[in-house]
Amino acid sequence: MKWRHWLLLPLMLALAAGLGYTVLSLPDQAHGLQGAVADQLGKSGVSNPVTAVLLNFRGYDTLLEMVVLTLALLGVWSLGAQPAVHAESIPGPVLDMLTRLLVPILIMVAAYLLWAGAHAPGGAFQAGAVLGAAGVLLLLTGWRLPPRGAGYPLRVALVVGVVAFLAVAALPLPGGRHLLEYNPTYAGVLILIIEAFATVSIGVTLAVLFFGADPADKEPR
Amino acid sequence: MEAMTWLSWSFDAFIGLGLLWLAWRVLACSDLFKAIVLFIAFGLFMALVWVRLAAPDIALAEAAIGAGLTGALLMAALARLRED
Amino acid sequence: MSVPFLYALVGIGLFCLGFYALIVHNHLLRKILAINVMGSGVFLVLVALARRGGETPPDPVPHAMVITGIVVAVSATALALGLMLKVKAATGRAALPDQSRD
Repeated sequence: MKWRHWLLLPLMLALAAGLGYTVLSLPDQAHGLQGAVADQLGKSGVSNPVTAVLLNFRGYDTLLEMVVLTLALLGVWSLGAQPAVHAESIPGPVLDMLTRLLVPILIMVAAYLLWAGAHAPGGAFQAGAVLGAAGVLLLLTGWRLPPRGAGYPLRVALVVGVVAFLAVAALPLPGGRHLLEYNPTYAGVLILIIEAFATVSIGVTLAVLFFGADPADKEPR
Repeated sequence: MEAMTWLSWSFDAFIGLGLLWLAWRVLACSDLFKAIVLFIAFGLFMALVWVRLAAPDIALAEAAIGAGLTGALLMAALARLRED
Repeated sequence: MSVPFLYALVGIGLFCLGFYALIVHNHLLRKILAINVMGSGVFLVLVALARRGGETPPDPVPHAMVITGIVVAVSATALALGLMLKVKAATGRAALPDQSRD
């Protein structure tokens, strides 16, 4: 086994050298697409170029990425595993106090990031990640969704991001334009709507991914 | 100003080498728990690198998702692996 | 060399380190860690090369791709961890069998 690893080492070094040579032979100064993005930024509805690219110019990629997130959750659920955290875990005093303090702050920070994404660093994914972190904290303290909310409402929260994105993307279709071709006067509002629903969806999906199982299943323990 | 650019270049070189060393420690560590903790540190280092590369959106996403959430997932999976 | 190329080389180093660890280790959790390190290396190369514009702001398209990539990486990691736990439940150990016969 060990001799095979020693054989692998020069191959890896050769790969690293080849990749390094390829990268270093790229031109020193290269103008990417920042000029093209800056030209069209006024029509995109937001002033943060990354948000404009994510939600407007390359909105299709973002839509498919949210579907990938939902698919990964479906994969994890279909494995039928047990939840990662037991419901009867008793949180220690530090975790208890920290969660009580942090979860409202995290929700506020998520809302701020969502709003600030239009003109400053931020946006739906960052806000959704912060919400997911709040969900993970809650799950670690033994909190569980009430059984009435664990079935249909949870599933609605999980897919509402993709559905809202599809609905907004399909809005231009009756007017004869293409999918995702927002009207420039309303583009800012449309992007905010998409981001709001996407934040909820991403946060809930990440928290349920951490939970590892379908909350509607009965825990056999 | 020559000294300032040399200083910032050496700062970037220091962070880059630190990143490589940290990645090697994550992958070559014998204790899995320590490897996951080092991986969370690696994620936070990457967030610092994103700020150095003028990518604050990616820094926010990496700190929250790459370091925080992936670390939590890995820890939960390690606890499940060890509970036999 | 300038800062973008420095970070691009660091990214290549991370990719190759992760690749080596992916092949060499038998334990599945270590393989998952290695894949995450490889992914971080690729993202670093992308964003470093987007910084080559000199005084102009960086190219935002690779930034968007990397944000997408980070979210996809975490969902793939979650799925991979679920599969690893199933392998452990099915075979008793979360590692590939030792190739000691060839």
